[in-house]
Amino acid sequence: MSSSSPLDQASPPPSAKAAAPGRSPVYAIVGNPNCGKSTLFNALTGLKQKVGNYPGVTVEKKVGTAYSQHGQPLTVIDLPGAYSLAARSPDEAVTRDVLLGRRADTAAPDRILCIVDATNLERNLYLVHQILDLGRPVILVLNMMDLAGAAGLTVRVDRLEKELGIPVIPCEAVHGLGLIELKLAMSRPDLPLSRHAWAVPAAIAPAVAELQASLIAEDNKAPLSARAEALLLLTDQDAVRVSGSRPLSARTGEILRAWQERWEKEGTDWAGALVQARYDAIGRLAAEVVERTGPTGPTASDRIDSVVTHPLWGWLVFAAVMILLFFSIFTLAEAPMDWISNQTVALADWVRRAMAPGDLRDLTTDGAIAGVGTIVSFLPQILILFFFIGLLESTGYMARAAFIMDRLMSRVGLNGRSFIPLLSSYACAIPGIMATRTIEDPKDRLATILVAPLMSCSARLPVYLLLIAAMIPGNSVPVFSKVGIMVLMYFLGTAGAFGFAWLFKRTLLKGAPPLMIMELPPYRLPRLKDVALQMSERAGIFLKRAGTVILGISIILWALSAFPRAPAGASAGERVAQSYAGMAGHALEPVIKPLGFDWRIGIGLISSFAAREVFVSSTAVVFRVENFDDKSSDLTPLRAALQRARWPDGRLLFTPLVCLSLMVFYVFAMQCMSTVAVVRRETNSWRWPLFQIAYMTGFAWIASFILYQSGRLLGF
Amino acid sequence: MATEIKLSELAVGASAIVRTYPKSAAAFLRLREMGVLPGTSVTLVRTAPMGDPIEIKVRGYHLTLRKSEADHVVVEPA
Repeated sequence: MSSSSPLDQASPPPSAKAAAPGRSPVYAIVGNPNCGKSTLFNALTGLKQKVGNYPGVTVEKKVGTAYSQHGQPLTVIDLPGAYSLAARSPDEAVTRDVLLGRRADTAAPDRILCIVDATNLERNLYLVHQILDLGRPVILVLNMMDLAGAAGLTVRVDRLEKELGIPVIPCEAVHGLGLIELKLAMSRPDLPLSRHAWAVPAAIAPAVAELQASLIAEDNKAPLSARAEALLLLTDQDAVRVSGSRPLSARTGEILRAWQERWEKEGTDWAGALVQARYDAIGRLAAEVVERTGPTGPTASDRIDSVVTHPLWGWLVFAAVMILLFFSIFTLAEAPMDWISNQTVALADWVRRAMAPGDLRDLTTDGAIAGVGTIVSFLPQILILFFFIGLLESTGYMARAAFIMDRLMSRVGLNGRSFIPLLSSYACAIPGIMATRTIEDPKDRLATILVAPLMSCSARLPVYLLLIAAMIPGNSVPVFSKVGIMVLMYFLGTAGAFGFAWLFKRTLLKGAPPLMIMELPPYRLPRLKDVALQMSERAGIFLKRAGTVILGISIILWALSAFPRAPAGASAGERVAQSYAGMAGHALEPVIKPLGFDWRIGIGLISSFAAREVFVSSTAVVFRVENFDDKSSDLTPLRAALQRARWPDGRLLFTPLVCLSLMVFYVFAMQCMSTVAVVRRETNSWRWPLFQIAYMTGFAWIASFILYQSGRLLGF
Repeated sequence: MATEIKLSELAVGASAIVRTYPKSAAAFLRLREMGVLPGTSVTLVRTAPMGDPIEIKVRGYHLTLRKSEADHVVVEPA
């Protein structure tokens, strides 16, 4: 069967743009995870791609432009990797909904590029089998032909092409081989439709027919796509829904439920029978087209894994990789971050000299430039972390790390994939939270995002150092007790993170435990080009989406500390004291007094929202330390000022107990606007960042309260 | 009659044929969609360093699942 025009086959829903004659077809790339989909997309589109979000979901939307052999631009959508259209994650749900034309923001593609891993044809063909049901033109890309050859497999391309009735293009996307042939196929004005006949199990066929009829009548679907959707509904059961997708009509839903109830009563395993029928068809096809021409023995991957997942060596490799990753974020990022912060200061100084004094100048230097400086200073850590993540993902080690850590993380209800985001959060929660994208399960991902800021980040370090210095006078106390307090703070944060993860997974994010099944892909050499592209995408998304929020908040914070204006000649300390921030500090005092804090500490807490380490410099201002240089590591003058500070009644303010109480508050409280901005971006709502502020800060208050009050009862 | 055991009880390095799943658990559908179907041959490759999860080889690729999940899959050692 050949089609007159492939565009006639597309069945856009009424609201979607109809394919105008002469418009070049829109392609979607679909494939299993780890089949080389992104590499193919990058190779086809080069740098001509746009990364955004599907509205309403935190799933990435990638659209690029490829050029046909005649120079005609072709739109290519890179759909999220999926094992099946019966979606089990938001990523897979988006792929399903775009292909079925259920999304208002993305019309169903005219043509589909199915990419499969030739070394693993049977499982990869399962998704292809579902997609061929759609009755839309499909090009099959057989990727990793070289690896299949090396594994002793021969795939008879001509035979596969004949059996499926669609173009099959052998390809090595990593080496750019097969791309010309692929583009030639993509440039064809018409593509044949597959003779895709397979036997739907007899017990299920009447249900498929009834659902198909309802989908045509009630949901405005074209006949073929309605049949595909009917088949899919029986296995998918509409389990994962994503916002922004059109729901099914009530009538169709009723029919589906009626059949399911009936089968359940009869004991018919309808979903299993459908999967079995597809694999039967695939098995017959694979037997025809795949020939084992080489011996089967342990592959290179098997040999690597016998070390990397070994009960002893596995731990050593894992520890080495994690230590390298962690110290790279921590130390390699330091120099560029210092450079950025120096440049920001220099720029602000230059503007201060160039502009006339006034509110506009201060807004520019202390609000806008300082805010932009904050945003940019996160980039080194983000780039370094995503360099490692890209490397770990593309080599295949990421899945092994999750395999090794899964047992440990499952004790608090998370899975192995949560480990790297949490580890990175010791350096900074921003890249850590961005790294949760590698966690497929939405509940585990959200739980990880919610607890990540509890890991003591590097911005808390200066605060701990100052407070430990203020708490322990002079050098009279052995250094290990200072180290001991520091270790205690890190321990508290870590215990808090795991404790709250445990709690959230049992309460808020409770649900049927998903199957934790994960593919361990063969080890492959990383593609630095793809890694670099991913790094720049991450950085761009952070700058655009989170950056605007951070800039806005930092301008608000500046205004709070600058207005109302103090009379001329007031010192910096006096200016802050009578600003809105100072008023807020006073207003806060009744709330924080039970923790042992006065209004001046309150100002420090408020200013910490810009970044926790700002506590040090704002404390210096509030406690009137003249000429304090927050670039120098010499805390002596500030420490002395803190040790002199008293309550109006003459009691010492910074007693050891208050220092400890304040440190504990810093361990647990959510005080970072940049984290708030990034959580908002990664969860796509204000609900979760607000919840996070509430639970973390609430818990911090309770912990400090208990510590301070019980300390006082004990006579400290 | 052949002995049937749980997939989680399979010895490292041993192969088996998948026999049955809990019919009602919709969650196991994905395992089937990944090609682990009744009649399919699987090999237990290894367990993770902490004893869980397990790694199996099926249809030429490697898949991991937790022991608590493998408990529900009945296999017949080959």
